[in-house]
Amino acid sequence: MSASQAATAEEAVERRPTTTETLRRIVQGDLSSVRVVLGLVVIAVIFQVQEDRFLSAENLTNLMLQITTIGLISVGIVYVLLLGEIDLSVGAVSGLSAAVMAVLSVKHGWNAYLAIAAAVAVGAAIGCLQGTLFSRFAVPSFVVTLAGLLAWEGALLQVLGKTGSLNITDPKITGLANIFYSDTVGWIFAAVVIAAYGAALAVGYRRRVTAGLGDTNMLSQIVRFVFVAAIVIIAVAILNSDRGVPLAVMILLAFVVGMEYVAKQTSFGRHVFAVGGNAEAARRAGIRVNGVRVAVFTIAGTMAAIGGVMAASRLFAVNQNSGGNELLLLAIAGPVIAGTSLFGGRGSVWTALLGALVIGSISNGMDLLSLSSAVKLMVTGGVLLLAVLVDAIARQQRQTSGRV
Amino acid sequence: MAADGTPLLELEGVSKRFGPVQALDRVDFAVSAGEVVGLVGDNGAGKSTLVKAIAGINPPDSGAIRFEGREVRISRPQDATELGIATVYQDLALCDNLDVVANLFLGREQVAPGPGRVSRQLNEVKMEHETADLLSNLAVTIPSLRSEVGTLSGGQRQQVAVARSLLGEPKVVMLDEPTAALGVPQTKQVLELIRRLRERNLGVVVISHNLADVFAIADRVFVLRLGRAAGEFKAEDTTEERVIGAITGLGEGRDKNQTSEEGA
Repeated sequence: MSASQAATAEEAVERRPTTTETLRRIVQGDLSSVRVVLGLVVIAVIFQVQEDRFLSAENLTNLMLQITTIGLISVGIVYVLLLGEIDLSVGAVSGLSAAVMAVLSVKHGWNAYLAIAAAVAVGAAIGCLQGTLFSRFAVPSFVVTLAGLLAWEGALLQVLGKTGSLNITDPKITGLANIFYSDTVGWIFAAVVIAAYGAALAVGYRRRVTAGLGDTNMLSQIVRFVFVAAIVIIAVAILNSDRGVPLAVMILLAFVVGMEYVAKQTSFGRHVFAVGGNAEAARRAGIRVNGVRVAVFTIAGTMAAIGGVMAASRLFAVNQNSGGNELLLLAIAGPVIAGTSLFGGRGSVWTALLGALVIGSISNGMDLLSLSSAVKLMVTGGVLLLAVLVDAIARQQRQTSGRV
Repeated sequence: MAADGTPLLELEGVSKRFGPVQALDRVDFAVSAGEVVGLVGDNGAGKSTLVKAIAGINPPDSGAIRFEGREVRISRPQDATELGIATVYQDLALCDNLDVVANLFLGREQVAPGPGRVSRQLNEVKMEHETADLLSNLAVTIPSLRSEVGTLSGGQRQQVAVARSLLGEPKVVMLDEPTAALGVPQTKQVLELIRRLRERNLGVVVISHNLADVFAIADRVFVLRLGRAAGEFKAEDTTEERVIGAITGLGEGRDKNQTSEEGA
């Protein structure tokens, strides 16, 4: 068996992949995202049949606004999951950061942008502290951030003081989640996104061709481009037919794209994957493993703070429940549902967006059907369990079939 | 003693003690450019300790290390790397979730020029190109450079690990049990790769339990027993029995090794 395998290996290196092989590779490579998109379609059909407001432009716009906070927090969670770690404090950190912003803005009259910057700094500092404790003393991240979850919730109550709730009035803060752009701006936004994506694909393709690395082909690039362009155009058309493209969506997309770039295209991102895959190998390769860990937890804290700011902006308030309830679990469940592995080293920042869409759709649809919290929680739990099982089964299959 | 002129790497009277255990006792060892030395011995004989001393993981307590004729201190792994000594450990230290190119360049990724360390884009095209060049030079065949290392066979993984050690352009490569847990055809591939390292005029040190493999590739066989040098043989002038005698310290091997040490 090994001899024939060696022979096929030699053949494969000479052979250029055919179109069907490339198509198969696209499907296999993005299998988890294809799975999620199919899941979204199923969810949409189920809810649309029960309640025809589900796919209305108004409801889809609301859905996008609802997932902004979870999506932003999940972006940081993806990085933590890529390390094979967990951060249970992100919910509490988002609440505390938002409270800091609200107190500075409302009680102390700070400039809105300074207050937001202070909130983000608080999140980053907390993440850095937790990351340092975890990497320096080799305490499991689960425990460090569980302690954080309790402590930062306490800090939230402390910061809010006796009133327990603060209403935010500064339009610069409330605007973040409540500004909608005109149709024209929306279409310009769509055109810029599509052009940038097309340019990125074309540049990458040209580089590979000029370097003589022939294992990519034009068709797969075109398929990708058409697919993404279609989604962007449909999304903007839907949003425009309601209130317009929300600023919140642009913020979420900017962070997803930016952090996906960092994860996949920079050496820092490569090191995150390496530490998540085999920390000892990464250490021997000269990567400062603890530095990567601290940076990743700092990212998680920062993204949690940004998510908290968006949540406060949307609610026009910060209260004792900010960052509480099931926000934490949904922010972790989202990326896992969409295919980021809990075991580290596998995933992408896109799963933050896709996962938030899945969870947001289920939650939104069940709200439309006025289901009870009992049912909602059980359904969401079931979906998470299913996703984790799929992840675990995929991992087992890799282990049994991976080594020949 | 060396095949030609000054040895590339030379150890003289190297000792290492772990508490009450004398792991290495005044060991003299050398490897020349274009030479494959098989380092053999029973479990606990000090093979790994010797390699770790050279690699800077456990620096020796006493003794001298000379590299290209000049005395050097190797107190950290980086010192060894800077001198041009690469080590491929038994566990290979590969990231299974990354592809071949990413593993080869791990920790020394090529990035596009520009400001800011975090924002610079990886130059995947250049890295893939160099990977393809290096692997084809070594006649290593991997189905796809973009396949995850976890999906490769044991022999292919070993070859990737060896190829990675060559990226820093080392002069000495040490391999810890490169053929352990490999099937027959894969072992053949790896031994073939070691021969190509010799052709590139590298000094190669191979730790192995498998004497057949050692005899298949080594120019010289160096035996350690209980932390001491217990014999040194020219591979072509000796037999497995004599090497086994030196390893176990039994039989005629003990007497013969004195003569062969002088003879070699």
